[in-house]
Amino acid sequence: MAAEPSNGSNREDVVLRLAGISKRFGPLLANDAISLDLHRGEVLALLGENGAGKTTLMNILFGHYVADVGSIEAFGETLPPGSPKAALARGIGMVHQHFTLADNLTVLDNVILGTEPLWRGRSRHTDARAKLAMLSETFGLAVKPDARVVDLSVGERQRVEILKALYRDARILILDEPTAVLTPQETEALFATLHKLVERGLAIIFISHKLHEVMAVSRRVVVLRQGKLVAERRTAETDRHELAELMVGRPIPEPKVEPIPLGPVALSLRAVTLAGEGHPRLQDVSLALHGNEIVGIAGVSGNGQGALADLVSGIAQPSSGALSLFGQEIHYFDPAKMVSYGVARIPEDRHAVGVVGDLSLEENLISAHYREQPFSQRGLIDWKKVREFATRIIADYDVRCPGPQAATRLLSGGNMQKLILGREMAQSPRIILANQPTRGLDIGAVGYVHQQLLKARAAGAGILLISEDLDELLALSDRVVVMYRGRMSAPMARKDVTIRHLGLMMAGHGFAGEADAA
Amino acid sequence: MRLEPRTEAARSIWAIAPLVAVIASFIVAALLALLGGASPFAVFAAVIKGAAGTQFAFLETLTRATPLIFTGLAAAVAFRAKLWNIGGEAQLYAGAIMAVVLGTGALPLPAPVLIPMIMAAGMLAGALLLLGPTFLKTRFGVDEVVTTLLLNFVMVLFVSMLLDGALKDPMGLGWPQSKKVIAEAQLPKLIQGKRLHLGFLIAIGAALIVWFINARTTFGYEMRAVGFNPRAARFAGIPVNWVMAKTALLSGGLAALAGVSEVLGLKGNLTLDLSPGFGYTGIVVAMLAMLHPAGVIAAAIFVAAMFVGADAMSRTVGVPNYIANVMVATALLTMVTAMLFTRFRLKWR
Repeated sequence: MAAEPSNGSNREDVVLRLAGISKRFGPLLANDAISLDLHRGEVLALLGENGAGKTTLMNILFGHYVADVGSIEAFGETLPPGSPKAALARGIGMVHQHFTLADNLTVLDNVILGTEPLWRGRSRHTDARAKLAMLSETFGLAVKPDARVVDLSVGERQRVEILKALYRDARILILDEPTAVLTPQETEALFATLHKLVERGLAIIFISHKLHEVMAVSRRVVVLRQGKLVAERRTAETDRHELAELMVGRPIPEPKVEPIPLGPVALSLRAVTLAGEGHPRLQDVSLALHGNEIVGIAGVSGNGQGALADLVSGIAQPSSGALSLFGQEIHYFDPAKMVSYGVARIPEDRHAVGVVGDLSLEENLISAHYREQPFSQRGLIDWKKVREFATRIIADYDVRCPGPQAATRLLSGGNMQKLILGREMAQSPRIILANQPTRGLDIGAVGYVHQQLLKARAAGAGILLISEDLDELLALSDRVVVMYRGRMSAPMARKDVTIRHLGLMMAGHGFAGEADAA
Repeated sequence: MRLEPRTEAARSIWAIAPLVAVIASFIVAALLALLGGASPFAVFAAVIKGAAGTQFAFLETLTRATPLIFTGLAAAVAFRAKLWNIGGEAQLYAGAIMAVVLGTGALPLPAPVLIPMIMAAGMLAGALLLLGPTFLKTRFGVDEVVTTLLLNFVMVLFVSMLLDGALKDPMGLGWPQSKKVIAEAQLPKLIQGKRLHLGFLIAIGAALIVWFINARTTFGYEMRAVGFNPRAARFAGIPVNWVMAKTALLSGGLAALAGVSEVLGLKGNLTLDLSPGFGYTGIVVAMLAMLHPAGVIAAAIFVAAMFVGADAMSRTVGVPNYIANVMVATALLTMVTAMLFTRFRLKWR
């Protein structure tokens, strides 16, 4: 374990130095002469949009890619390029956004997996257990060594990932979007751990695009844009607004939510339950969504938001309770039926559900309306009309693409989302289900999606906004509800809600039958 | 060495894949010819001469291609919607059974009425035969590869039973064969005194119709969407199960036409060796054609030429005609590999 107590005086020691790293993929310069230093005992935030080159840079550092130009020094020695093994041996540990744990093994087994020689018959579990307990204690990373990973919460799994790196004597820790799956409380606990780690002399690279977290946890911020290192700031000397502009390269307008009087009820759920395997996916959910309003749905992923989205999309059928659209109860659930009522659906998974990647843009644009005029008549598709429509949507929604006949899977995430938005908004929807509409998008594209949702709201649509980004929810929603284990809280007006309060509710506080631990 | 997804379309590979497949099959065949102690050039010359060297040979190739166009279209239609119909053989025999049931005198009608009727009935039989496995797939998730494949054996045994029972020709000297179809039911020959019959033109027409369905109709659009991504198709409101059922009807019907056309156009009666695996070879044809109906015609003629040419070659050069099977199989494997490379690139590291 490399966590010798730091003595404060040599905090400026450089532990990692990237010098002039460049990497080109075909015509794309993914990293353009990037140089940066990482000091002992600091959290360095690496900030940038998708495609800015963060992942490429970390992959080079960890040896998955070889840089075209440039060198890496760790602890004063040059790191051989293209060798993850060497990176590990030098004490560089990485915690990926998607965990790399074996679900069916225990915490202890996961931690020691890969550190033991293959030919030793008996493993040294006793030593490993002692070391794990020591690490756990030192850094406040409470885990049960004999629990199976499959039974752990997301926050606990992340602790196991960090322990795994520490167990391998990591002195430099890279965290890739570590808060994406955490509740606000879990995020706070993670930050506390990070502070303990740097106090002990570790150096941490924290990759994120969430500005308030970068502000909260880092000492320095490095901003990447289009492969270039565009700025380096001391966190204390900058603010969110400046960082956002640096990241995007131009000023960002904040979404403005104008107060408008509510329209009539568009969608209403009355005591809806949706059976699932084991426990119900939705349990006794009631909600009234009006025209001209956005209702934000908060919750840790997997607490019934997916079931709610399936229901409103027409994919799932309630086991009991009723769903009405504009006062009319729906008995037969079918996606085409929901579309015919003017429900627009922006699905969570753009690639797997939102579009058929192998079809062209124009084919995807008519996927919910291909049976109708003007796109087809008596079973014959009028490709000329389809192309006119596609060309218009592509222009109106600024979808960057080679043309309406290009394969959709070749679009970037942001452009794919614009395509989906264009398709759904073109039908002047009266209800919009937006499930994680901005996940993984650049700040520029996020702003665009927000504008479009607000425009639809002003035009009279009722919008259900499911999001794990609480900033987004609080910026856009008129009312907010929280989902927890398939149940839904009473709606709260936005002005009455704080992030902290939402966080507690997302952990189950205030839901009937949940012991109030706090 | 590993595979990486391509970030841009590889149109060039689409264009050259069939060519590479054909060349690869020739290279493997050349090696086999050498092993067999014959000159590869002599073998190829004999194959080409036997397949297209004379008017007789060329017409024979087209005659052999006719059922392959039907079964190739059947596979191409189904595969586009990711309905893995391996049961072309069974559907072919279903069509053939209808041809002898209705065409051996049960319906005394003039040819312009009788032939379309038999074709419709045959298509219906083949279509219904594929509907069962498709229902099991969409309703219960039963793998249609298994069910359609096994139905082939069921069907061949069923035909065998019929040929020794209900459909047995009383004048057949005990052979397991049906009665001959009546003159009104026979498809006319395209050239007097030659074997090539109207079925070939019907097959070309079927390919045109399939092309039209794919390119212009909502049904063609549905098949593509469902085939590429059933989840997204369902989310968009496309009735996935109904599309599957319609696809099954079309595919089964096309495969059955192969059987109808062989009986009415060429053989005249039903025997157990009506099809030397046309149903299976149709799968190869469809893959070589990259599921495109026009490609199916070309691929069917290529495959037929290999078989017809190899028969002639084995008589003159003395290399066994199994070499045709090897060539067709090599072409298929190369093609499948090439199609993989339209989506992925090979990365050396």
